[in-house]
Amino acid sequence: MNTVTAQPAIAVSGLRKSYGEHRVLDGIDLHVPTGTTFALLGPNGAGKTTTVQILSTLIGADDGTLRVAGHDPATEPDAVRAAIGVTGQFSAVDNLLTAEENLLLMADLHHLGRARRRQRAAELLERFELTDAARKVAATFSGGMRRRLDLAMSLVAEPSVIFLDEPTTGLDPRSRRTLWQLIRDLVAGGVTIFLTTQYLEEADQLAERIALLDHGKLVAEGTPSELKRLVPGGHVLLRFAGARDLGDAARLFPDGTADHDALTLQVPSDGGVHSLRALLARLDDASVEVGELSVHTPDLDDVFLSLTGRADNTKVSA
Amino acid sequence: MSTLSLALTDSATMLRRNVKHMLRYPSLTLMLASMPVVFLLLFVYVFGGTLGNGLGGVDGGGRAAYVNYVAPGIILMTVAAAAQGTAISVAMDMTEGIIARFRTMAIARVSVLTGHVVGSLLQTLFSMVIVVGVALLVGFRPNATPIEWLATLGVLAMITFALIWLSVALGLAAKTVEAASNYPMPLIILPFLGSGFVPTDSMPAWLRAFADYQPFTPFIETVRGLLLGTPIGNSALFAIGWSVVIALASYLWARRLFNRDPSR
Repeated sequence: MNTVTAQPAIAVSGLRKSYGEHRVLDGIDLHVPTGTTFALLGPNGAGKTTTVQILSTLIGADDGTLRVAGHDPATEPDAVRAAIGVTGQFSAVDNLLTAEENLLLMADLHHLGRARRRQRAAELLERFELTDAARKVAATFSGGMRRRLDLAMSLVAEPSVIFLDEPTTGLDPRSRRTLWQLIRDLVAGGVTIFLTTQYLEEADQLAERIALLDHGKLVAEGTPSELKRLVPGGHVLLRFAGARDLGDAARLFPDGTADHDALTLQVPSDGGVHSLRALLARLDDASVEVGELSVHTPDLDDVFLSLTGRADNTKVSA
Repeated sequence: MSTLSLALTDSATMLRRNVKHMLRYPSLTLMLASMPVVFLLLFVYVFGGTLGNGLGGVDGGGRAAYVNYVAPGIILMTVAAAAQGTAISVAMDMTEGIIARFRTMAIARVSVLTGHVVGSLLQTLFSMVIVVGVALLVGFRPNATPIEWLATLGVLAMITFALIWLSVALGLAAKTVEAASNYPMPLIILPFLGSGFVPTDSMPAWLRAFADYQPFTPFIETVRGLLLGTPIGNSALFAIGWSVVIALASYLWARRLFNRDPSR
């Protein structure tokens, strides 16, 4: 009976979904171990929200084998619902109720009991910095407050799997950081988080594993550092005033790539201070004058653009 | 927890939610109550003198007779107006993100709808109290005993329950809030095409055939009989029959609409 530890929080294979002729999800496989944070990253219209809607029992799949918290969303929706919390892209709060009433509503629907409901609502108001707004109607809330309330409402029953569908879309940087910290605290508490986002920084900041979704297909999957390795490595770009300096520098760094029109030399580098200092020392020793220097470390943007942006040109239409 | 007690608990929770909405934003409730009041005053003071003379009753005709004749029709019109309000509330609610959240929670799904139904039922009874109060002020003189008043309340609650389930279904079927406010329009017209404002025997034969058999005529005749002692005949049976049929069909339709996969 010790299969529980081995059981993934979310297991998906061959997930397909079409709206009429439009194929939104075209054979997705996902595996999210319990207690980890998984990010589904992709541009608008890639199928992220549809994936969350299917996994959270809101809509049905056309095909595929699904398990969420060990249950099939299609045949045992209530077992899945009892284990999950969902915070959507469009906030799911009752605008006509106050923050506290919204949380009490959730507590009542989870049958928390008379004493526990007030206690749980107060805890969450405190933790999500909504105590001051507890008695204000949600319709008057800022975007950040609304999203915090939305997340707090998903947590009333302490779900083991939490779906966050673009939790910070449309938020200002400060609210975004606040929300990130709240999400990190959740992970520390041992829950599994399934996050969708179009922000690479967000996936990089929060997730242990990232899958890149584009046009309903997964185009890459791995840890943030594995994904970064998929694109050409970091380098230092040196710009020179003249062709003579460029020529001298190119002889110093035979593994560099010279661009004689732009008068630049691209030298592979990890971008660290130590290697930069060594590089500059070599140039100084050879009395080569550098006009401009820039350091480029690969980030997920490179992965994103190289795998989704250019994919449009090379993809054979299905 | 058993399925039934789960459904009752969740329905009570949803009812509290809907009642809070109504108390916090009372404008819709007041609008629903004022519409039949306006019709009552219009029919009593503008048309009442002439229409009352045409009733040919024993009580001398005129405005005083017409108040008594028209009040039951206006009370039923209150139900029809409230049904329109329910359809609007339901359609508006369905556009809110919170409904998607409810759909991803392990709750008795029907409670979302029963919360609306019971909330609207209370809202309608409130409107009816206002309408009856105004009717009494302008000369409505029912001769009902307390038992008959109680029976009237029961009959009105039964009819309201049925029509509200219908409007919940209409609100769910509507693709927009505007459409939801139009769908129940025929319910407002039906008291006119029945015995609400004039006796059906004053109508041309073809219209009378419709008027005598549409649900609002037995509804109105039953209430009129209970409050004023006019003959009820088999109207009560028809009123019960129509209510059961409308309530059951509408409940099944509404439940199917709410449970359909939103992606299809």
